[in-house]
Amino acid sequence: MSKSIVERGYSNADVLVSTDWVQEHLKDPAVRIAESNEDPLLYSSNHIPGAVEIDWTRDLNDPIRRDYLDKRGFENLMRRIGVSHDTTIVLYGDKNNWWATYAFWVLQLFGHVRAKVMDGGRLKWSKENRPLTREVPKYQPSQYHACERDDTAFRVFRDQVLEHLPRKLPLVDVRSPEEYRGERLHMPEYPNEGALRGGHIPGALSIPWGRAVNQEDGTFKDAAELRKIYSEENKLEPTDDIIAYCRIGERSSHTWFVLTYLLGFHKVRNYDGSWTEWGNLVQVPIENPSAERRDVAAA
Amino acid sequence: MLQLPERLERWLATLETLERSDRMQMLIDVAGRFPHVPPRIAQRPYPKERRVPGCESEAYVWAEPKADGTLTYYFAVENPQGISAMALAALLGDGLSGAPLEEVAAVPADVIYRIFGRELSMGKSLGLMGMVNMVRAAARQQRQAPIRQTKEGGV
Repeated sequence: MSKSIVERGYSNADVLVSTDWVQEHLKDPAVRIAESNEDPLLYSSNHIPGAVEIDWTRDLNDPIRRDYLDKRGFENLMRRIGVSHDTTIVLYGDKNNWWATYAFWVLQLFGHVRAKVMDGGRLKWSKENRPLTREVPKYQPSQYHACERDDTAFRVFRDQVLEHLPRKLPLVDVRSPEEYRGERLHMPEYPNEGALRGGHIPGALSIPWGRAVNQEDGTFKDAAELRKIYSEENKLEPTDDIIAYCRIGERSSHTWFVLTYLLGFHKVRNYDGSWTEWGNLVQVPIENPSAERRDVAAA
Repeated sequence: MLQLPERLERWLATLETLERSDRMQMLIDVAGRFPHVPPRIAQRPYPKERRVPGCESEAYVWAEPKADGTLTYYFAVENPQGISAMALAALLGDGLSGAPLEEVAAVPADVIYRIFGRELSMGKSLGLMGMVNMVRAAARQQRQAPIRQTKEGGV
């Protein structure tokens, strides 16, 4: 039998809740359950009773600029789903919760600290044959007043990444090893994941986000297993100044969550520009092992 | 530019008249009726070469030649949460099977945005486009080197 969340040795175990906990709080007015998925049909196909949907494109992103919603947009979202400052938002979703942790990360930009993630996400809930419904709940709109968004502690931009490089501070590339190595996908009509160049930011460690998850039920690995991956194998220290990135910042928000909350690292920030920005920038340094191999073979 | 196969165009025209929530609902219903590849075409474990590259819903594509030289397209979607992949498989199977090969080969991969809307992640887009591209490749191959009869899913 798997360990309970409190037995797993996390630094901040209270940011995770179990499927049991969620089922016990389905009718708790102080809790708002929110589903956030990659697949646009999943929520409508069924969801946890009482759960609202937070869609990563329509609800969290600015519709025009590449940025997140502003104070007004965040207020509108919170009001629409009937959330007040005292409401605990419990996030879950598909893809082992990567969109749930992305939504969690955006909540932190606005200082909504009453947020948790349901361990195992949709996968675990479904596997346990817990109740699902197609009924979309309606909540009384709230009067939420948001703070201005403050990116400082959680988010970095390309110039900060450039400053990070000569200081040899750790960067964590959480994409697949194929993406990290700069190998092209077999998609003839698309360049590498929407970027003109493949590879990774020089010096970045390759630690795919999915390593933090138990594949059979989507739960997070326990703290000892996580420490083995991040601290023993990759020599990351809790006091390091770490930047995580992926393609658009969604998978790296998962790693940000793991390092910050489950392992208690002090300074982990997410570079949401990620490879779709870096791989398109002019004259920035790139390491591309697969291209270097090709050069050697051709010589 | 070639026209889209008639049945697929009809699906798209219907979807485009619907509001987003109704469109999602219709696609979910379509996904629920998704016909899984029949055992006479393929059985698990499915061969790697039939797997759609980049599709995290673990979709597979087969094509079987018909007497008139066109193809019937079959799909498997192994991830039970891959609802969009199932909906697309059902639409492509119904909308493209039996259609002229040159029309199938010319279906643009970004037809997925007419089905699901523009609000797809890049990962999801890549997977769904990969399904369209596998079908197109099968039609192209059949045009170039027609196969009349096969045991295991043809092209």
